[in-house]
Amino acid sequence: MFRNVAELVELADTQNKKISEIMIEQEMEVTGRTRKQILKQMDVNLTVMEQAVERGLNGVKSHSGLTGGDAVLLQKYIQSGKSLCGDTILDAVSKAVATNEVNAAMGTICATPTAGSAGVVPGTLFAVRDKLQPTREQMIAFLFTSGAFGFVVANNASISGAAGGCQAEVGSAAGMAAAAIVEMAGGTPAQCAEAMAITLKNMLGLVCDPVAGLVEVPCVKRNAMGAANAMVAADMALAGITSRIPCDEVIDAMYKIGQTMPIALKETAQGGLAATPTGRRLEAKIFGIPHVHGEQQQ
Amino acid sequence: MKYKSVFDIIGPVMIGPSSSHTAGAARIGRVARSLFGREPKWAKISLYGSFAQTYKGHGTDVAIIGGLLDFDTFDERIIGSITIAQSNGMEITFIEEEAIPDHPNTAKVVIGDDQGELELVGISIGGGKIEITELNGFELRLSGHHPAILVVHNDRFGAIASVSNILASHELNIGHMEVSRKEKGMLALMTIEVDQNIDDSVIKELEALDHVVKVAKIVE
Repeated sequence: MFRNVAELVELADTQNKKISEIMIEQEMEVTGRTRKQILKQMDVNLTVMEQAVERGLNGVKSHSGLTGGDAVLLQKYIQSGKSLCGDTILDAVSKAVATNEVNAAMGTICATPTAGSAGVVPGTLFAVRDKLQPTREQMIAFLFTSGAFGFVVANNASISGAAGGCQAEVGSAAGMAAAAIVEMAGGTPAQCAEAMAITLKNMLGLVCDPVAGLVEVPCVKRNAMGAANAMVAADMALAGITSRIPCDEVIDAMYKIGQTMPIALKETAQGGLAATPTGRRLEAKIFGIPHVHGEQQQ
Repeated sequence: MKYKSVFDIIGPVMIGPSSSHTAGAARIGRVARSLFGREPKWAKISLYGSFAQTYKGHGTDVAIIGGLLDFDTFDERIIGSITIAQSNGMEITFIEEEAIPDHPNTAKVVIGDDQGELELVGISIGGGKIEITELNGFELRLSGHHPAILVVHNDRFGAIASVSNILASHELNIGHMEVSRKEKGMLALMTIEVDQNIDDSVIKELEALDHVVKVAKIVE
């Protein structure tokens, strides 16, 4: 069993296997289930992701009314041909947004690694699909590679916003996605780790400050940026750029930042965007609270 | 290693918006339902910490009731579960507790009907994973991710051995086991996590043992 990224990359290198294969074999060993059963379950998860993206691109609205419809706007903008960033990145962003909008609207999603960060991995996967033309098996492998890196983060740091801030949720998701994009694009296991490290470095310090405590604002747009971050980092790693700080040390830094982060910035809705005047007004409106937190009651 | 399976990371498939507040809550409700063994006639749900503050926006309320109706985390009926439960005649009360719990996402589920009651405390630890920390006043630790059996028994010599012997005879491997008792020699609870699901015939065999009062199973 691999305990960190260094061991994961070493296992892949010495056995001349992909990261996804190492993850599949470990899953077989740990659970005693057959390869077929494990691949089938991931296939089901992939289908859920596809359906969520499709639903989001058709337009959804959350119960609170805070989020929905942005994926549609972005797709129309891409089609206008005027985009500055490039279609693949914006496609990833719109599909990440689509998934997370569906999540906010109580739709069916696959947590990757959590529900609040569920957009990044499928968003990037379905965007690079058009470019790389993967087989169904390769798309499933993408999820195992993501899972392998997420597995290391979850066991050595955290994937929960309440425990480690949003760097632990969207940050982890972005790092997982970056590594998986690299593998799908033909990069080496070491390059996957570099992409993960570069991505996570740029998500460090990200607080979890959901307005009204709901997984909507700023979460949907953070999924967008997580997807963009993953795409750029994957390209950087494929270009041969390395992280000066090794991946495992970045993960450890993320863990320690999470531990030292004030509680007000870890999903409590006490600080950050949640504590802005507008954040408080939205909270009062959604929950029908007659007074606003932080102000004197008359 | 807290997380053992890749599907703890890529998964669960669930109704949004929050793996902690929605999927975890549904699982807490469903464990209570499994232990109770039938649909309760009434439910009093106390919500603590973040659960108390944000349950309406996160659908924590419908998720727990969905669990009590035996719905899985991905069952779309969760969204309308309160209406479904009420039309089945279930009386539902939600209590927003102000006490500060050990874990920010804590729920106490008290359910019952004419024949009995059950009280369970669960926490949602992230990514849809839960732990059951208390059952009818007994403290326990149950991941909720493996099939498990709970054996209420009298605290007597050999009670544990007789249970584990039966499991061994069916080639059931114990992954985690805990015994808790309120007082020496009185009622005690065995919490046993196993690797595979357990047939009802095994449960019946366990129930027939001396000193065993009640056996419930929790399916993964």
